[in-house]
Amino acid sequence: MSNRIETQHTMASTSPAPARRSGRRHPLATAALLVVGLLATGGAYALATTSATAETTVANEQLVEDGGKLFAANCASCHGLQGAGTEAGPSVIGVGALAVDFQVGTGRMPMAASGPQAEVKPVQFTQEQIDAMGAWVASLAPGPAVPPERYLAGDGDAAIGAELFRINCAMCHNVAGAGGALTEGKYAPGLAGVDPVHVYGAMSTGPQNMPVFSDLNLTPEEKNDIITYLQYIEENPSVGGFDLGSLGPVSEGLFIWIFGLGGLVAVTIWLTAKSN
Amino acid sequence: MMADDHDGTTSGEAAETAVEKHASSASPGVAVERADRIPNPGFPPERLRVTDTDPAKERAAERTVSGLFLLSVVGSVLAVVAYFAFPIVEGDPSTIRLNNLFLGLGITLGLLGIGIGAVHWSKALMHGHELVEERHGTRGSDETRAKAVEIFQAGNAESGFTRRSLVRNTLIGALVATPIPAIAIFRDLAPAEDPIALLKHTMWEEGVRLTRDPSGTPIKASEVTIGSAFHVIPEGLTELESHKLEEKAKAAVLLMRLPLDRLNEREDRQGWSYDGIVAYSKICTHVGCPVALYEQQTHHLLCPCHQSEFDVANHAEVIFGPAARPLPQLPITVDEEGYLVAKSDFTEPVGPSFWERAL
Repeated sequence: MSNRIETQHTMASTSPAPARRSGRRHPLATAALLVVGLLATGGAYALATTSATAETTVANEQLVEDGGKLFAANCASCHGLQGAGTEAGPSVIGVGALAVDFQVGTGRMPMAASGPQAEVKPVQFTQEQIDAMGAWVASLAPGPAVPPERYLAGDGDAAIGAELFRINCAMCHNVAGAGGALTEGKYAPGLAGVDPVHVYGAMSTGPQNMPVFSDLNLTPEEKNDIITYLQYIEENPSVGGFDLGSLGPVSEGLFIWIFGLGGLVAVTIWLTAKSN
Repeated sequence: MMADDHDGTTSGEAAETAVEKHASSASPGVAVERADRIPNPGFPPERLRVTDTDPAKERAAERTVSGLFLLSVVGSVLAVVAYFAFPIVEGDPSTIRLNNLFLGLGITLGLLGIGIGAVHWSKALMHGHELVEERHGTRGSDETRAKAVEIFQAGNAESGFTRRSLVRNTLIGALVATPIPAIAIFRDLAPAEDPIALLKHTMWEEGVRLTRDPSGTPIKASEVTIGSAFHVIPEGLTELESHKLEEKAKAAVLLMRLPLDRLNEREDRQGWSYDGIVAYSKICTHVGCPVALYEQQTHHLLCPCHQSEFDVANHAEVIFGPAARPLPQLPITVDEEGYLVAKSDFTEPVGPSFWERAL
């Protein structure tokens, strides 16, 4: 998947350059040449191995086309037919396939209603449709791509991940990833049970009011460490017993005021009451 | 008349033997006697408990109390068993949880069994009559008082405390001198340097690179993409050998890049940012919490402690909450290698107000 999208980037980013230099070649000449080359290589390879590499490139073009149609039908009313944005929604040029994977893959997009922030809701599209829209958005301009599996495996260093999480994420998402409130109805969601690719996607693309933590700030390996930490705290129960939602003094204070003090009052009444 | 109870006999005499009694009239504790006082109505008729009337209930209560004490024994044994049955295995935090849980349950049972059993014993089985114990005077008898004076005088005569004035005075001198070392030791708890100067300066100075927290790697301006937020410490902080946390607590900075058309800069702060990249102190001007809840679309910074809100697009002015001043801005630029560097220290003290801070 990711290889295909990288191919898209190459096509999109290299094609205008020769056009500026010579003016003779068609802007898409490089892309066309690349497609022809890939077709030829793939065809030759297919002859020898019966694999379907050649079809992949064709399928990729098909994917972009399908994605464009899906975008036009489902997203263009807010983001514009060319993805350049309207008054109702921001431009999606350059947000990359990863932003599409995060926003549509978590059900945040398409938005049901405008509000402080887009809510998680049941996913409206299949993964193939999401990939198709991602491929189309990625074909508009380069942007973050869906990362390879090795950065999502959660096999990094949980201790490093924990430190990075405390420095970069915990102030909004809570040190145990339980989420927290922001201003004017916005909030940082809890991170339990979130698919690693969506955790990665949120860091790379900075959805809504979340700041961007690009690969130049947190490297893919460091992002994997953070994913490892989140999986670690999810799989290992709190050492201190009931975590009461990991919300800290709010739930803990409520518990001790109601049950702790309530218990003391009950014992005091029992101590002083006369026996039957 | 020391006590009443419903048997009509005087009780409490046993309790009185330890205290000297005066044959004389009222004790000093209840000296005021009013002629027109309302007569003491006494106790309501005693309601007997079921354990007083029904021997079967009494035996049942006895069994309950001893059962609770036995439960306490079981709990204590359980705690010992749990300690060995659920050992804490290094590297497996879930074993701490099991160990603590069962050890705690055992000890709780051991203590609560004794406590609840004792209270139930006293409430259900022990003597249930109500009685009043009146106050008595605390003054000793004249013989006791004379005896005490005698003991003091004998002590003085035997030790010569007042006669041997050299011994007495040197002892007083020694007692006065003993706390002096403590003064010398605890004086060092105060900062050795002038704390006011320390509050006014941080590690930032001209040419110090902005580096990532916690790795300490320098940041290129080109790496700070629009919408990014970097948590920043000054270069060299990770190598500090002492006072690392104190320095970090003063020098922590949040680095953000805003679209240029959204950034509204003050006239006197032109050139403090670089291509939309701004750096602000992360220490709240209210009481010093780390302000780091950055919303990249509204460009608002929220302090999690007391909900102060700062507008980064507008030189971090306070738009909500108890903070009195904007967050101090760190003037930044880039060096010849493209790394972000500070132009100077903060131009005002970071963090909350203090007495000597010029406003």
